[in-house]
Amino acid sequence: MSDSPPSIAMLRLLAAGAGTPQADPRPAGAWRDGGLPRAQLHEVYAAEAEDAAAATGFAAALVLAAGALPLLWVRVEKDEAAAGRLHATGLIELGLSPDALVLVVVADEAMALRVAADAARCAGLGTLVLETRGAARGLDLTTTRRLMLAAEASGVTVLSIRVGAEPSASAAASRWRVAACPSAALAANAPGLPAFAVECLRRRGGPAGERRLVEWNRDARCFEEPGAAPALAGAGVSLAPGRAAALDPPAPVRRAG
Amino acid sequence: MAGLRPGLTLADARARVPELETFDADPHADHEWLERLADGCARYTPTVALLPPDALLLDIAGCTHAFEGERFLAADVEGRMLRRGVLARHAFGDTPEIAHALARYAGAPAPDERGAVKRLPVAALGLDADDTAALVQAGLKTVGDVMARPLSGLAARFGEAAATAVRRLAGDAKAPVVARRVAVPVVVERRFAEPIASTDFAMQAIADLATEACDALEKRREGGRRWEVKLFRADGHVQRLRIETARPTRDVPALMRLLAERIEGLADPLDPGFGYDLVRLGVVLAERLDASQLQLEGGATKEGDVGALVDRLSTRLGRDRVRRFAARDSHIPEQAELMLPASAAPTPAPAWPATDPGEPPLRPIYLFDPPQPIESIAADTPDGPPARFRWRRTDHDVARVEGPERIAGEWWRRHDVPAPTRDYFRVEDHRGRRYWIFRHGLYAETQNPRWYVHGLFA
Repeated sequence: MSDSPPSIAMLRLLAAGAGTPQADPRPAGAWRDGGLPRAQLHEVYAAEAEDAAAATGFAAALVLAAGALPLLWVRVEKDEAAAGRLHATGLIELGLSPDALVLVVVADEAMALRVAADAARCAGLGTLVLETRGAARGLDLTTTRRLMLAAEASGVTVLSIRVGAEPSASAAASRWRVAACPSAALAANAPGLPAFAVECLRRRGGPAGERRLVEWNRDARCFEEPGAAPALAGAGVSLAPGRAAALDPPAPVRRAG
Repeated sequence: MAGLRPGLTLADARARVPELETFDADPHADHEWLERLADGCARYTPTVALLPPDALLLDIAGCTHAFEGERFLAADVEGRMLRRGVLARHAFGDTPEIAHALARYAGAPAPDERGAVKRLPVAALGLDADDTAALVQAGLKTVGDVMARPLSGLAARFGEAAATAVRRLAGDAKAPVVARRVAVPVVVERRFAEPIASTDFAMQAIADLATEACDALEKRREGGRRWEVKLFRADGHVQRLRIETARPTRDVPALMRLLAERIEGLADPLDPGFGYDLVRLGVVLAERLDASQLQLEGGATKEGDVGALVDRLSTRLGRDRVRRFAARDSHIPEQAELMLPASAAPTPAPAWPATDPGEPPLRPIYLFDPPQPIESIAADTPDGPPARFRWRRTDHDVARVEGPERIAGEWWRRHDVPAPTRDYFRVEDHRGRRYWIFRHGLYAETQNPRWYVHGLFA
């Protein structure tokens, strides 16, 4: 796992405060149609452990919105049993063809990080998804910065799904908190399209704090406003109903880290 | 050991040799050991057959030129075995059966092979114990005695197999030899006059061999998918390194990178010990690969190749850890898809189910295997949708629900115990989390059906 000289040079530039990689030039809401900017590291946090499926679904939808395929998905073996296996038919129903997916199930988190560091350099990939559960101490500032540099060099989008972890300092270009959100009911009160309550915790070179309820439209490959506004719709209210708003004051415009 | 022989009871054996050390019989370990010895014998001949539990058959026809004769070859085998603590007995024969019988059963000395066979005890025919005892009781003590009788009588009394056994020992019939090795398409090897103790040098030799093998493959318009490197150590140990690629390849640097990954992933590091005296590289599986144009810009595009990444990860982590999905024809959710090693060759699979536009996802993205039991559930009507449920110590009020979707067991598979029907519900709790839960069994089928969470929706 030696870094090539160019990335070391890049690190030096970064350390000197110069050569900060470009910020996303697009308007703040562009991710809803085009996904997150490519060739960067983005983090998707599940608001609570039970929002894991929402975070994963949101991440998969972001990949599809950006069209950044093929996809390499790295998971840790113990999560396969505790949190469930990825279900190909369910991914199809989100719009992701299993043929564009390679799943790597590793023994532990350290190996997951090694695999991610390797895969992030593979320019043939569209997206690398790294799914970790728990604090994931290995995903520190250094590791995320390495991943970010590798992503910038290779053009691979790296999505780090964090479940059961508190947002911590990292080099990610953007950081999102995702919770499940009541869907717009279909006929006979059936659960509707996947709906997410997302909050942008950090955006490099731009304002953070965007909060939004979105619904994933598989057919149009984009996020939309939820069709019929559910009871607590509307940006700006505390999104996850069970979570006390006081615990989570409105994010400042930009969080350091 | 004085007085010890196979078949003795443990108590008897301990009485005769009080300091006897005993171990439980482990036929699998014995077989593995025999296989390792057989692999070691690959240095003499490509045709090595296992005769479990304790014999190896080497077809040395045309293979003795490296030695001064078959006697020297046999001496070399026995010498090497002895150094590993194996007492080996050998015999030559015109047919595998003759050699086997002569090696296993010591008869009286004889001037030639035919005579030696005739003096073997009847047990050498390899019949079962009753038949052997019957022959002995009939006064037929040696194979020669049996051969002197008409075969038809023997066949009438003991069956066709006995007659065949006699004909085989007489050299009239020959059983096919099932060699342990399948012939590999391309095998290249390098013998060293002096064992080499440097791993780097061995790797260099492997790289040379890989180049040779790739040249040979190119002539046949083939590329290797599975490669096996064997490092024969001077003390008889054989280190095997296997690598596999997702696509046929003739790319030597890529192979060497994979090999380096494999060596890095070894539980025990590569230990040259007394040195390697033979390095062999075999292409175990080759597939069609037409000549490709050279890349002018060098190997840069290789780095970006997802196939190469899959190969690298499969080699480092094990091929079962790098997976892809394949559809299967089954309506049972957990059986409708397979995980296959991503490096395995694609096989024809049924198409994935199509989705209806505008429909919400009807299948979860996470599927629990096994389904997770729901601790308690409340429903308005016994077979109706749930109103509340408790799972993983959390209560969930059901806000939206759709169902049931009834999935019956595969009744055509098991007739005796039909699997209970499952009634699936898509439910969303009051906080917007969506679950896929099912009742295991209809009320008509079971008294008190259990509920499970089978998956999570995005």
